[in-house]
Amino acid sequence: MKDLRLIVVFALVVGLVPFLSHSGVVLNWLMMALFATLLSQAWNVLGGFGGQFSFGHAVFFGTGAYAQALFQMSWGLSPWLALGLAVLLSALLGAALGAVSFRYGLKGSYFALVTLAFAEVFRILALSVGFTGGGVGLMLPLSESLGNMQFSSRAGYVWLVLSWVVLALLITAFLRHSRFGAYLQAVRDNEDAARALGVNPFAVKCGATMLSAGLMGAGGAFYLQVFQYIDPNLVYGSHTSIAALVGAIVGGMGTLWGPVVGAMALELLSELTRNLFGELPGINLVIYGALLILIMVFLPRGLVGLKDRVQSKSQRARQPLGLAPRSGVDTISHPSAGDSPIAATPARGGHSDAA
Amino acid sequence: MLLELRGVSRSFGGLKAVQGLSLQVPENSLSALIGPNGAGKTTVFSLMSGFLKPDQGQVLFKGQDITGLAAHECAKLGLTRTFQIVQPFANQSVRENIAVGAHLHLKSRAQALAYASDVAEQVGLHGLLDQPAGELTVAARKRLELARGLSTRPSLLLLDEVLAGLNPQEIAEMLPVIQGIVQGGVSVLMIEHVMQAVMNLARHVWVLSQGELIFAGPTELMSTDQSVIEAYFGAAGAAKLRAAQSAGSSPRPNKGQS
Amino acid sequence: MGAVYTLIALGLTLIYGVLHIINFAHGASLMMALFAVYGLNQVFGLDPYLSMGIVVPGMFVFGYALQRFVIERASHERDENILLVTLGVSIVMENLALLLFHSDTRSIDTDYTLSTVTILGCVLARAKVISFLGAMVVSAFLLVLIQTTDLGRAIRAVAKEKQGARLMGINVEHVYAMSFGIGMASLGAAAAFLLPSFYVNPTVGNGFVLVAFTIVVLGGMGSFLGAWVGGLLLGVVESVGGLFLGDSLGQVGIFLIFIVVLLFRPQGLFGAKT
Repeated sequence: MKDLRLIVVFALVVGLVPFLSHSGVVLNWLMMALFATLLSQAWNVLGGFGGQFSFGHAVFFGTGAYAQALFQMSWGLSPWLALGLAVLLSALLGAALGAVSFRYGLKGSYFALVTLAFAEVFRILALSVGFTGGGVGLMLPLSESLGNMQFSSRAGYVWLVLSWVVLALLITAFLRHSRFGAYLQAVRDNEDAARALGVNPFAVKCGATMLSAGLMGAGGAFYLQVFQYIDPNLVYGSHTSIAALVGAIVGGMGTLWGPVVGAMALELLSELTRNLFGELPGINLVIYGALLILIMVFLPRGLVGLKDRVQSKSQRARQPLGLAPRSGVDTISHPSAGDSPIAATPARGGHSDAA
Repeated sequence: MLLELRGVSRSFGGLKAVQGLSLQVPENSLSALIGPNGAGKTTVFSLMSGFLKPDQGQVLFKGQDITGLAAHECAKLGLTRTFQIVQPFANQSVRENIAVGAHLHLKSRAQALAYASDVAEQVGLHGLLDQPAGELTVAARKRLELARGLSTRPSLLLLDEVLAGLNPQEIAEMLPVIQGIVQGGVSVLMIEHVMQAVMNLARHVWVLSQGELIFAGPTELMSTDQSVIEAYFGAAGAAKLRAAQSAGSSPRPNKGQS
Repeated sequence: MGAVYTLIALGLTLIYGVLHIINFAHGASLMMALFAVYGLNQVFGLDPYLSMGIVVPGMFVFGYALQRFVIERASHERDENILLVTLGVSIVMENLALLLFHSDTRSIDTDYTLSTVTILGCVLARAKVISFLGAMVVSAFLLVLIQTTDLGRAIRAVAKEKQGARLMGINVEHVYAMSFGIGMASLGAAAAFLLPSFYVNPTVGNGFVLVAFTIVVLGGMGSFLGAWVGGLLLGVVESVGGLFLGDSLGQVGIFLIFIVVLLFRPQGLFGAKT
């Protein structure tokens, strides 16, 4: 399968970089870029393929981070075991939040708002509650070893995060070529039509939320391992939620490589700005926000969609008039050009009332 | 008996959309549900297929009580409905659209896509398989709607105005497709306004007016039934027709009085 | 406070009710308006209430332009896109402010900042009283505008039935932009009322966004009366909550109400089922 081949190539190419370059700058950037990629991929599962836009995905990130910290520090577990548990915990949280939201038929803007609210609630709780260290945060003791998931050079982290990025890619490929993925995208594109064809929207959406949350939680756990310090504003803050979604959207929602392209492009841009303007607070996000707007106006399918446009234009040029252009093979359904609008009224498990 | 409604009622606020509806859809049939606009026909479909819950009454499918069962469960049991206003998965190709329905009985992606191709052929969409569904013409979309429903391998397919918006030639092309479906073993209940189709295809017909059943029986008897005529033309119009008939000014084949 | 919340919420309701847009940029826009009032005060020594004369029209123009030239173009007729665009706008605004003004909190001092007024035996800050009354007046004015003027009728027409309104010769894009502009203008007024008794920093918008949305949902999306009542209600809740739980947890109370309302009674108290 074409997807799998590309994923393998990607894994090999990126995996080889630490052998080719020992530059701290390059490896650091690569690690950050892969990290951002993982976040965007996580968001993409629910947002791009599921069509449910979460504006508070940090809620899973933070939970993963705190879980990773507490399992190690309070329960003395190995970080590798903690990672598994953190992912599981995040996935369960995803199931819970998803179940609650979807049980009551939340869609579109309402869902986005609720996720935002949940992230904020968790952030405030983390600030107020004792065992999270409150505003002071948690610090992971330095102890470099493979067993401790702490590496002296960035290379170790690159491979660690890369392996999860590859996992996320495989999961995304699964969404593109499986019944579950077909059902998920059907629900995204037209929930009522999907129901009429035997799809259970609630189950499908909850499943996607779990996958998305688990991946995001892994990202949070990695954040702890790399930076060794977390606090509520860092891990439950909106900039994490924003980074995740902007990466996916700029790259191309609902595609396999969109989040990769998008996240890497954003990280490149961040690096560029840092070199040009120095460390200005907030400049990153200004650019992210501006890009979001620009992409929405000019290129709703994201950067990946650019390739499609070029492809179809050249196809149109080659084909005689009257034949419609073929849709690109690499990209599938993209919600921003789809038909289902956000429910203008609070949707309660969509019943069609047409008389 | 495939589908049975017993005393089904449904209101929206103060509006009684469907009142005390009872009917029985036989197996291996092609029947029609007709009536003037606003009679509640699509509501009946929604009530049958799990999109709406009846306030009163029961819905039985293949002898099983499915009243209040969720829409996707109804589809799993073999009762699939289509939509009056077509709802394609606009960004997915025709093949992918149909495959979603095919997946109901086929877990493998490859198999579902292949089956989708077969269904598309049956319905005459074979040339458009890779087109994004959002770019199809109205006639093609209607066929897609039909194909999608068909791919779930239903026992009973509820077609909601599948001929609406088609020109006469397109309608003529669709009729044999529908007949083919029934010959293949799928029962069809269609809501239609295109009388030509109803008369040509349906054996049984139910006429709904303002939420109530005013006629149930063989299609041939429907057009001369007084209550049906009144429902469509109003009491005054019906009276005029009767007067014209008895005066003999408009020749009408006497298919029996009512 | 409640009255100011109402004003903010009314603007949001207007934008939502007419355009069916959830304007994520509402909070950031309020922040911008607050900075404008602040700036005018610091640079020109202009009294906040007087600066309304500049800020309100300014915000209106900003809102009109934003809707007409950015949001409209980005939507491609898709509601989800609008969500993302307004998010983008809010991100840009908030972080631009962070860049320019840093995260310090600023407030202004006027002669009446600290003075108090005694009404019915309660001692109240004069500024808060003025903002309460002022906000009430402006809200009432808005309600009247919607009900009686031609523009108001056009707005209501578009909100109910866009295509029909278009057929009647109403320039829908213009009405959309006007509604957005009015929504923004009401933020301008709210800012002027707010600043004397409050403060401004780049992230202040966030606190208000969620509150505003909560009000709109509580009152019933699209219902002006609901927004009015909801605003007052929430102002009370926040004060009471803050009293018992301390400031930050008081905020949690609001979010929880928000979540609960969204889940269990999305039509709010005065729900209009569109």
